[in-house]
Amino acid sequence: MPVTVKTFATSDEAAAALSSEREARYLGGGTLVMRALNEGDVSVSTVVRATDRALTHLDFASSRVTIGAGVTFARVLAERELAFLHSVAGSIGGPAVRNMGTVGGNLFAPTPFGDFAVALLALDATVAMQGGYGARDVPIEEFLAGRARQPGALVLSVSCRRPSDGQSFRYRKIARIKPKGGSLMTLAAHLPVSGGRIVGARIAFGAMAATPVRAKGAERALEGHVLDAASIAAAVAAATEGTSPVDDSFASAWYRREVVGIHLRRLLTGQE
Amino acid sequence: MTKTPLQFRHNGRDVAVFVDGGVNLLATLRDLVGDMTPKFGCGQGGCGACTVLIDGDAYLSCLTLAETVQGRSVETLDGLKDGPNLHPLQRAFMEHFAAQCGYCTPGMLMAAKALLDHNPSPTRDEVVNAISGNICRCTGYEPIINAVLAAASGGRARA
Repeated sequence: MPVTVKTFATSDEAAAALSSEREARYLGGGTLVMRALNEGDVSVSTVVRATDRALTHLDFASSRVTIGAGVTFARVLAERELAFLHSVAGSIGGPAVRNMGTVGGNLFAPTPFGDFAVALLALDATVAMQGGYGARDVPIEEFLAGRARQPGALVLSVSCRRPSDGQSFRYRKIARIKPKGGSLMTLAAHLPVSGGRIVGARIAFGAMAATPVRAKGAERALEGHVLDAASIAAAVAAATEGTSPVDDSFASAWYRREVVGIHLRRLLTGQE
Repeated sequence: MTKTPLQFRHNGRDVAVFVDGGVNLLATLRDLVGDMTPKFGCGQGGCGACTVLIDGDAYLSCLTLAETVQGRSVETLDGLKDGPNLHPLQRAFMEHFAAQCGYCTPGMLMAAKALLDHNPSPTRDEVVNAISGNICRCTGYEPIINAVLAAASGGRARA
């Protein structure tokens, strides 16, 4: 079914087009929208694109990094300032998918996809969005909770904390097919340490709910504690709190609930 | 229903076609340009059979909006050979029995070319990563990895 493709030079114009047409979708790298078109998705009648270079801008000036929504995973892997995100970007797809897929698009990837969004959730990211009402920054948790009901808003960039040191940000993706494959579950944790104790713990899971979610039970078990066997055991015991995994072609909900604690323990102990 | 004019370089030749809105590059190459070498496997980005090079980098043509290659260079398996001479990768695939049914082969060769054009002496792990987006049901991947390494060490991997 032919669709109308509209390409704009600025993100403002693209955002206006998105908000004025109900069946418009923004095309970033193509890995989500082109798949939908290939499968005959009739809910897409207009594809909106923007060539605005601001969408591929990177900003490393402060303790937070800002990544344009159009930045591809290949570009993330090429930037030394984003080394803390290399394990995340490298876990997504194969080389061709990484040349195409964008940081902004990953925010919309349906579970069990969306690994980069899981990492951003652990890193306290905010999402800069342009809607009919103007531009605003939305905490990623709020963005993810409302993403199904966000027609017509264009993601401009994401910004997140730089991890305080090399040890505080941990990420692993559990997949049956290696080196790449759809996620059985994805785990990310940012555990800044102050005075020997964890302050501001954030742990995020992918493929354990309809969107990436925070593991708040595990976070509470670690907050204010030293990362040791006792606090890890408490975090693992609370691992499934707030999760609602489903059956899919990669794993059953039962299996995901059974093993999430095991993978969380391995993430926290640093076990290979 | 309007069609959009699209001009790009296909294996070194300038081509011009008219594409419908939303059509992907794979369909454009096969149906409009007549290049049957990239294959349709899944349409979802999982199999890699449609892999082509755009401006030297690997892309999945089934997920590429055709219009986005306006003015760019697209390389497919059809352009690998040099007249009657096979590309070193093609010779290596033959010698190492790296193709059985052959369906993954165009994608594998293009993924391998993208690797060797950027990195002429890859490690085995780098070869594995380079073809990690390409599924093969026949060979078990080992012959393919060996072929790519052989083509690299053959020294004339850059066409």
